[in-house]
Amino acid sequence: MSVLLIAEHDNSKLKPFTFNAITAASKIDPDVHVLIAGTSCENVSKETANIPLVKKVLVCDSPNYQNYLPENLAPLVIKVSEKYDHIVASANTFGKNFMPRVAAALDVSQVSDIIKVIGPDTFVRPIYAGNAFATVKSNDKKRCITIRPTSFDAAEKSGGSAPIEKVEAVDIPSTSKFIKREETKSERPELGTARIVVSGGRGLESGDNFKLINDIADKLNAAVGASRAAVDAGYISNDHQVGQTGKVVVPDLYIAVGISGAIQHLAGMKESKIIVAINKDGEAPIFSVADYGLEADLFTALPEFLAELNKLNTIQK
Amino acid sequence: MKILVAVKRVIDYNVQIRVKEDGSGVHTDNVKMSTNPPDDNAVEESVKLKESGKVKEVVAISIGEDKAQESIRKALAVGADKGIHVKADSYIEPLGIAKILKKIVEKEKPDMVFLGKQAIDDDCNQTGQMLGAMLNWPQATFSSKLNIKEKSLEVVREIDEGLETLEINLPAIVTCDLRLNEPRFASLPNIMKAKKKPMELLNAKDMGVDLKNRIEQLKVEEPPKRKAGIKVANVAELVSKLKNEAKVI
Repeated sequence: MSVLLIAEHDNSKLKPFTFNAITAASKIDPDVHVLIAGTSCENVSKETANIPLVKKVLVCDSPNYQNYLPENLAPLVIKVSEKYDHIVASANTFGKNFMPRVAAALDVSQVSDIIKVIGPDTFVRPIYAGNAFATVKSNDKKRCITIRPTSFDAAEKSGGSAPIEKVEAVDIPSTSKFIKREETKSERPELGTARIVVSGGRGLESGDNFKLINDIADKLNAAVGASRAAVDAGYISNDHQVGQTGKVVVPDLYIAVGISGAIQHLAGMKESKIIVAINKDGEAPIFSVADYGLEADLFTALPEFLAELNKLNTIQK
Repeated sequence: MKILVAVKRVIDYNVQIRVKEDGSGVHTDNVKMSTNPPDDNAVEESVKLKESGKVKEVVAISIGEDKAQESIRKALAVGADKGIHVKADSYIEPLGIAKILKKIVEKEKPDMVFLGKQAIDDDCNQTGQMLGAMLNWPQATFSSKLNIKEKSLEVVREIDEGLETLEINLPAIVTCDLRLNEPRFASLPNIMKAKKKPMELLNAKDMGVDLKNRIEQLKVEEPPKRKAGIKVANVAELVSKLKNEAKVI
């Protein structure tokens, strides 16, 4: 039977990870239906209907869902999910927030953060911060699953023409109120989806020194990341954190500067295609996962690196 | 106001995890265990709220084998008033844990249940939200700042895009990340005093809830190892390798 995917969007367009989640959903069952719950989200439904892997779009347009409060969203998902065997969403702060509420109300044991679909009931998921991979089989009749977006390719965006169906809103509990959202504005690509990530750690020694990281990032059109140590030391805000308690990134190129490579950090970046480590401590654990290691003082290496990059004129955007 | 704070005993975050050769799990014998790190932050915040006079009582609960009491004692040593240990000899999924917590909430009647956002062993990130659904309480997950009002909580949450502020009615569920506060260390006199604080002993089997696990763990493996890389001599060589060999810039 079909799989119901709960889309993440901002009422005007889909969030990038929804495309990855759609690919994962299609591996569970090719009959992927997508629920768009939002306010004035007509454009999102149209965008979703264009995705070839999507077979049906369900849209619930109501003020109840403007801010995706889990207390409001979960009852709608539960009602819509009656006809489905699988309910899926991205394992980011969107999916992690509401999915367990759906699972508990349905008396289902959720499978969190899957990185591979073996079959409709069997999945691989990382445990212990990615230090072990567990293959698990869900014996529930209905399955609630969250998907690690970076482990699946993004779905094609155009060429489809799925039918769009309207869904009635359900009553909301009004026990929670949205006050505000302060989005971190940046000219750079988003950390979770950037092709190149340049990260700084405690070795930067101050927030001001992150300028060295920023300069490289701007040159490479890269996102800026950080280790937990750098965030905890106040060098940079927490939304830049890469690691077990931050974001998991899988860019083509990850450059770790002044990062020792704690287990916690490695969990967030070791699946990157190419890893570069720049660190003055040759024994730092980060070198054990790096394709290219440069044992050097970052304060001399980074300006040199920028100068070398400036000599190249082939940086891909 | 009363807070119930849940703590879990897990393999210490500094321990290098070793997968068992037979694929049945990870080695836990003679491995250092400690309280799940974000649970320490939940305890710290609960105690701080008590010290500020906004909260009267903090009850710490842990579900697990006998040694889970160590995590409860640690919470008592930094300022929790009472402990509840629900003995469980084998792994219980978050769904079952939430069911047990619901029973405890019905008995203890806290105004707020505080939990770490995720345990660093099974990495599920479910229990708080599940308990919220079961009790029909609102939730604030991944909290980084908390302000108790008369009948509600104002909470700043960490989300992928930045920060979000919510106001949720009490009673409520709050989960937290590591940045909420800096957990204190217990002093020796307080560790001694904690031994005299009350600890209620219960058994998961007697809670009258369905604890059957629904997820079978078929095997546990080591993640694929990365191929050993090379050290480059200087920045010029690095840039040349990235451009000509890896072709990523």
